[in-house]
Amino acid sequence: MKTLLILGAGTGGTMVANKMAQELDSQEWKIIIVDRDEAHYYQPGLLFIPFGIYGPDDVVKPKRDFIPRNVELILSAIEVIEPEKNRVRLRRDNQVINYDYLVVATGSHIHPKETEGMLDGGGWRENIFDFYTPEGAAALSRFLKFWKGGRMVVNVTEMPIKCPVAPLEFLFLADWFFHERGIRDEVEIVFATPLDGAFTKPRAAGILGDMLEEKGIHLESLFNIGEVDTKKQVIRSWDEREVDYDLLVTIPTNMGAEVIVRSGMGDELNFIPIDKYTLQADAWENVWVIGDAGNAPTSKAGSVAHFMLDVIIENMLRHMEGLKPLPNFDGHANCFIESGFEKGILIDFNYEVEPLPGKYPLPGLGPFSLLKESPANHWGKMMFRWVYWNILLKGGEMPFESQMDMAGKWQ
Amino acid sequence: MSEDILDTVEFDDEGFMVDASAWTEGIGQAIAEALEVDLTDRHWLVINYARKEFEGNGEPPTLRRITTQTDVSMKEMYKLFPGGPAKIAANIAGLKKPTGCI
Ligand SMILES: Cc1cc2nc3c(=O)[nH]c(=O)nc-3n(C[C@H](O)[C@H](O)[C@H](O)COP(=O)(O)OP(=O)(O)OC[C@H]3O[C@@H](n4cnc5c(N)ncnc54)[C@H](O)[C@@H]3O)c2cc1C
Repeated sequence: MKTLLILGAGTGGTMVANKMAQELDSQEWKIIIVDRDEAHYYQPGLLFIPFGIYGPDDVVKPKRDFIPRNVELILSAIEVIEPEKNRVRLRRDNQVINYDYLVVATGSHIHPKETEGMLDGGGWRENIFDFYTPEGAAALSRFLKFWKGGRMVVNVTEMPIKCPVAPLEFLFLADWFFHERGIRDEVEIVFATPLDGAFTKPRAAGILGDMLEEKGIHLESLFNIGEVDTKKQVIRSWDEREVDYDLLVTIPTNMGAEVIVRSGMGDELNFIPIDKYTLQADAWENVWVIGDAGNAPTSKAGSVAHFMLDVIIENMLRHMEGLKPLPNFDGHANCFIESGFEKGILIDFNYEVEPLPGKYPLPGLGPFSLLKESPANHWGKMMFRWVYWNILLKGGEMPFESQMDMAGKWQ
Repeated sequence: MSEDILDTVEFDDEGFMVDASAWTEGIGQAIAEALEVDLTDRHWLVINYARKEFEGNGEPPTLRRITTQTDVSMKEMYKLFPGGPAKIAANIAGLKKPTGCI
């Protein structure tokens, strides 16, 4: 019996478990998946919690419900991966699992500790919040419910972050939320980002930057935070610029899982170096990485993990047969961006092509406007939750191709 | 005289060298002068590290990578290369603009 071991039962790991359970012969292969947490969070839904659009219960389901019966789910923290020895040690009972193939899907996580004064300055979850964790999003929701207004600063600590559009969506939704509550005039909204504009890709940055301006959101670009000074209520950049806040919403440094550091497998942000076209780990040929855990230079997003799925499955199956992996992953990312007032934007891009305006032809559902606000894009985003639980996690066919399609795009 | 050196070098629209292999220390010196950066040993440590990294993997190092792989701290990087440390270091080192983020 051979063993395929999957680490992490989030978006990527769950999809691989479902696909591989169909592909591999159960007489020959045992599939095991490990996660420390029995709850599966629909992370895109965290964005809506601060504004009371979703409650915490709306974004969580038991992991077990999404793991096929012929896959063994072990609930335990992973202590260490020893890729040279093809084995993994779990925290629970110090169990050791020997594997033939390993899929790492341990994701990316926030590290507020990386910024001085953020966690240890006394302001954390008082007037400093994140919305990338269920606890943070819920705490911020309680705060916003009674907030009378003031200066709200949304700050991205450093890139890359998962779902790089989420801070923009947060800003747009906040603008809408304060309008609805009748206190928009009492709130100053500031976006402090290390980037030189609203987004990483120039065309989209221009359009999204204009939207910030229209909504009266002030952009502080090239702001690299060095510390939070909770006494003065300012965030200070490395080059000594200060931005004062009453409410700080932070997207802290994102890093790969701690177990990757303990195992000595990561780069300076704990992301595992991989071949960006085949998704195979650079250093070990039986180690494959899906989703946020790898260092592929594309967005860290659920949609990206989905586009990686077919490539990683095919390449692992090829490798098992002694064939070379194919360089088929093109960095495809595709994100609905909530822009408030029941509208949204859709962007679609890959390693080579930046987001372009046009139409996204989705058979049966579309077309969705690209890089342009529309109500359909908002409904696409809201529908995504259903699609996520019912189709995406199960590795089902989505009406998207893995490789990006240029149809409908204006160049 | 350094101006002359720069005339012999091809730059892209954003002022980054098109061909990193054409770089020499003299060119680095001249780019630094144009950017009004006075090069010290500490600058050279960063520049040499950035070139070594680039030779290894074809990408200029991110700021975080520089500060974890050398003894230069984040604060010092901003002192040495005010404005955009990773970008300016790459620029002087004759490398392409760091993409860094997606
Ligand atoms: C606020 C927010 C909004 C987002 N919006 C969107 C969106 O609109 N569209 C989109 O496509 N994506 C969005 N994303 C991103 C998306 O959720 C992630 O990119 C995706 O979930 C990544 O999947 P993954 O499998 O790599 O990691 P995850 O789904 O995060 O799973 C990682 C798993 O590994 C487990 N794990 C880690 N370390 C250990 C350990 N040591 N032991 C045991 N288990 C461990 C964790 O418990 C977790 O279950 C958003 C994310 C956030 C935070």
